[in-house]
Amino acid sequence: MKTLDKKTTYALSAGLLAIAVLILFYMDQNRAAYNYPLSILQRSAIYAVAAVAMNLLTGFTGLFSLGQAGFMAIGAYTVAVLTIPVSARPSVYYISGIADPLAEATAPLWVALLIGGLLAALLGFLIGYPVLRLKSDYLAIATLGFSEIIRAFIAAPMLNRVTNGSYGLKSIPGFPSTLMVFLIAGLCIFLMVLVIRSSYGRAFQAIREDEIAAESMGIGLFKHKQMAFVISCFFTGISGGMLAVFMRSIDSKTFQIALTYDILLIVVLGGIGSVTGSVLGSFLMTAGREWLRFFDNPLVIGGFQVPLFRTGFRMVIFSLILMAVVLYYRKGLMGTREFSWNGMYAFAQKHVLKRNKTPIPAESDTEDSATSERGCSK
Amino acid sequence: MSSTILLQHGLTGISLGGAYALIAIGYTMVYGILRLINFAHGDIFMMAGYFMIFAMASMPWFAAIPIVMMLTVVLGIAIEQVAYKPLRSAPRMSIMISAIGVSYLLQNLATYLFTALPRGYPEIPYLKKILRIGDVSASLVTIITPFLTVVLTFLLLSLINHTKLGMAMRAVSKDYETSQLMGIKINKVISATFAIGSLLAFIGSLLYFTDRMTVFPFSGTLPGLKCFVAAVLGGIGSIPGAVVGGFILGIGETLLVALGYSTFSDAFTFAILIVMLLFRPTGLFGEKVTDKV
Repeated sequence: MKTLDKKTTYALSAGLLAIAVLILFYMDQNRAAYNYPLSILQRSAIYAVAAVAMNLLTGFTGLFSLGQAGFMAIGAYTVAVLTIPVSARPSVYYISGIADPLAEATAPLWVALLIGGLLAALLGFLIGYPVLRLKSDYLAIATLGFSEIIRAFIAAPMLNRVTNGSYGLKSIPGFPSTLMVFLIAGLCIFLMVLVIRSSYGRAFQAIREDEIAAESMGIGLFKHKQMAFVISCFFTGISGGMLAVFMRSIDSKTFQIALTYDILLIVVLGGIGSVTGSVLGSFLMTAGREWLRFFDNPLVIGGFQVPLFRTGFRMVIFSLILMAVVLYYRKGLMGTREFSWNGMYAFAQKHVLKRNKTPIPAESDTEDSATSERGCSK
Repeated sequence: MSSTILLQHGLTGISLGGAYALIAIGYTMVYGILRLINFAHGDIFMMAGYFMIFAMASMPWFAAIPIVMMLTVVLGIAIEQVAYKPLRSAPRMSIMISAIGVSYLLQNLATYLFTALPRGYPEIPYLKKILRIGDVSASLVTIITPFLTVVLTFLLLSLINHTKLGMAMRAVSKDYETSQLMGIKINKVISATFAIGSLLAFIGSLLYFTDRMTVFPFSGTLPGLKCFVAAVLGGIGSIPGAVVGGFILGIGETLLVALGYSTFSDAFTFAILIVMLLFRPTGLFGEKVTDKV
């Protein structure tokens, strides 16, 4: 199979990036006209960070954690507390006032995001000690439990002066531009890809495949699991912080189990073990919810009102599609493969261009996936 | 706290615990056989509540109860057939994700069919009658629940210990493949397990919602998770364990609310879970399992 040389792939990537930046820049300039698509794009980018962070844990290390919402809440509240303008604070904390040490504490957005991520990572480090000794579904239910405990603490009246209890926080300054959201999200995902491709990442994947074999090859199980968990928590915290800035007002109900499930379903849709799959999945899922919106409105064809179309039908269709993916297309969109130009090229050659009319032998299928996988590891 | 108030809260706690226990049995049985946290179980419980609302709107309670019971059982078996059966040989994570997917689907379906607004749960005559013993007052359902739970548990235990079906269930939960080789129809046993679990979930929903009075699409999520915790607490796979776990959680939660820490009542459940998993992962009544390599 002919592959593209390195120069072409770089050129293609740079081209795609340039087009994306130009489109985003254009949309940012005419924000009034593109408010709706921009908000979808921003949300997708934020979910992509959370989904890749979950994939790092679930897909690459084989640890099934359902604590995403809790760690996102930590990041979100940290960013919110640090970025709400001091002048707006009395009106936000109108019930019981703000705690004295926090009254004047402010940080620029990126510092606040970093602190949010670090706090989430610290908490992940502490929780990891007991929890990571558990196996598969016990780990899932224990992390789920922790995320609920975090939420309960946030809503607790004792923390009213920090988290404003069940009233939530508002007046969080939003992102100045969509490009910035994409920049932060892109940086986070890039860093996670670096981790996955490093020797630590290889160790994570060895643990996923077979814990006992990995241990006998000299990989410290607990140390590496802990590392994967803390890294994942760090980026989950950052994505939570970004979500807070995006939504501009948060309360403890934002971070219910449903949020974790959303992220999980993105990971499943994109393919467990594929970074590009998670990114693609988050854009598809967030946009898909909006595209399916017409199911929510009454549909009239020639004076006849189609019965099923009313509020809520969209989410039923959406969950049916997801169930179909889970049941019949378990690998998701990408499986464990990654997007690569070579893979695209091979795909195009096989399905669109149809250059070689000679019947392709059966093995070519596996060869294809092998080339595309190799493409990702380079 | 005076003894009357304590007694009053204790009674509420025991009643809540009874409902939890019945739901927890469903979790523990399914986990014992399929090694699956049936995330959809809480939503089956929620759907049973909705079925009851609609059945009671058009028929008297003695006709509604058996019909809804059957509907709930059918729903439970259908979920197993559609969402779990095709994944028998798949990795455990896939089945769990499928269960989460079913739960998501049921919640969205309920939101679509019945709207997200809470609906009033119908009053079943007799159950809501207020009884007074001294200074303590309680509705009949509060008093019936623990007794009904204990009776049902005994019935279930005798089913499991003394019938052919029960023996098959025990065999399947011990060793899935060997029991298949011994001629046990695995799929039938699994369907029976889901049927029993859903039946108990229906009874649980009847008792739980009569006390709480409203049903909404997400009213199954948190009770569902708590009941799973109850099952883990008692030792997963053990039916008496699930019942004891249910009572412990119900009473503990009610006491926390009584003491004024209601925000932490959910967190309490999960804190118990984590402590339990750390110090005694097999639960109070669980058997010790050694991992096979």
